[in-house]
Amino acid sequence: MILRQLAIEIVQVALLIGLSPLFIGWVRMLKCWSQGRSSAGILQPYRDLAKLFAKDVILAENASWIFRFTPYLVFGTAVLAGGIIPILSVDLPLAPTADVIVLVGFFAVARFFTALAGMDIGAAFGGMGSSREMTIASLAEPAMLMSIFTVSLANQSTSLSYIVQVICSGQSVLRPSLAFAFLAFVLITLTETGRIPVDNPSTHLELTMIHEAMILEYSGRHLALIEWAGMMKLSLFVMLGIACFAPWGIASGVGLMEIVTAFIAMTLKLGLVAFGIVLIETGLAKMRLFRLTEFLGTAFLMATLGMLSFYILE
Amino acid sequence: MNLHAIAQINSFLAALVLLTAFAMLVQRRINGLIHLFAWQGLFLSVNTAMIGFVASKHHLYISSLLTLSLKVILLPYILHVLIVRLKIRKEVETIMNIPLTMLIGIILVIFSYHLTAPVRELSSLITRSTLAVALATVMIGLLMMITRKHAVTQIIGFLAMENGLFFAATSATYGMPLVVELGVALDVLIAAFIFGIFFFHIHTTFDSLDVEQMARLKEGD
Repeated sequence: MILRQLAIEIVQVALLIGLSPLFIGWVRMLKCWSQGRSSAGILQPYRDLAKLFAKDVILAENASWIFRFTPYLVFGTAVLAGGIIPILSVDLPLAPTADVIVLVGFFAVARFFTALAGMDIGAAFGGMGSSREMTIASLAEPAMLMSIFTVSLANQSTSLSYIVQVICSGQSVLRPSLAFAFLAFVLITLTETGRIPVDNPSTHLELTMIHEAMILEYSGRHLALIEWAGMMKLSLFVMLGIACFAPWGIASGVGLMEIVTAFIAMTLKLGLVAFGIVLIETGLAKMRLFRLTEFLGTAFLMATLGMLSFYILE
Repeated sequence: MNLHAIAQINSFLAALVLLTAFAMLVQRRINGLIHLFAWQGLFLSVNTAMIGFVASKHHLYISSLLTLSLKVILLPYILHVLIVRLKIRKEVETIMNIPLTMLIGIILVIFSYHLTAPVRELSSLITRSTLAVALATVMIGLLMMITRKHAVTQIIGFLAMENGLFFAATSATYGMPLVVELGVALDVLIAAFIFGIFFFHIHTTFDSLDVEQMARLKEGD
């Protein structure tokens, strides 16, 4: 039994690592189609990664250990996060070791080191990117935690596995608190993964880039790891959202049929979420940096309203 | 339908009313404001009809229809015609910045929750928990009137306050007597016409609908 659980844990992490470039490829392909362009194909992210891995690393002379260590740390935290979130099954051996607050902590550690690495070389763009990233983080993280707390309150636990079990048992579907928390979560996902109203993932324009500015000095396998971790981060946030708000289909045990069903459900949900992301991205323009306080303030407001409506209405 | 499901739909609609109230608080464009106001009216009207169905109070159907025709169709139409005639296109200026306004809004929600907590203990209606939301809607409407400089947005804030009062009446006592509600509806309609006339006069006198300009009306200097 325990072997089987371990096997599922490993399969789940491997799926996350292996399939997140595919998800990004699917999002990019849909985006190309929606704008009337022909796409580079769904496998293009894999080719990009392979190209980057094949290249040499060029390090600045004054790069410290932080700069060299960060790509591995960022990749590692993403993999660890994949071990906690119930993607296929709730019966994970690692799940009791960490709850959803630790998960937010993982993302915070990765962000902290990315920001340090951005400043490490001393180039102007890196420092600018780090400063912007931390500004956004200071606004996004309270909203993220508030949204997570609302979900935890409504389901009486901060453990993701337990939350999934409670929602799947399905006592109540129409819960205002969860709806508000979901809206907040969508806004925060767009922020944290650097999608369009906040940051444009496909541009290197000096004045607007945030995440790209921090990693501008990276090359070769370091860049590949960071890019890969970025792809995993998008998948992780989507899967976290699925686990918190629409977990139907995630297996409650470790039976083979259950896992296969869970895999099919996961694929369908990811495919649909990509449509949502593309709709948002083609419908909106990138926001001015100083309007972001309003955007993230709205996210915080939604999350707080969710918590209040849990007390008032439920 | 069982009572539990009805109570859930009711609280969900209440949440939507609260959401539109907040959205109006942060919306910068007048067109968007009018749309949000219409949506709020729609949620109210559906909610009223549903409560009328559960409590079998048939006069609530009439108030629901009144809300639908007045607040979802007629008043937004009048306001829309007004802003087209007066050529108001630009963004609305606010006195405070928007995140601060939102925080004050959250405090108002908490305040009204505490204010209505005793009523909630005493009441036995299925709508008792939405009273706090209704009171919060009234207060947010008031906050909107305070924080906006533009006459049209202040009127929308006033109308949103009236929405909140109507909602409070339905959730506290299953609605006011029909005569009162007819009177209030007529009042709001007449008020909207009078506002329209005032808008034209303010606009022709000051060439703007910014109420701060009215400080120029005082005598002396």
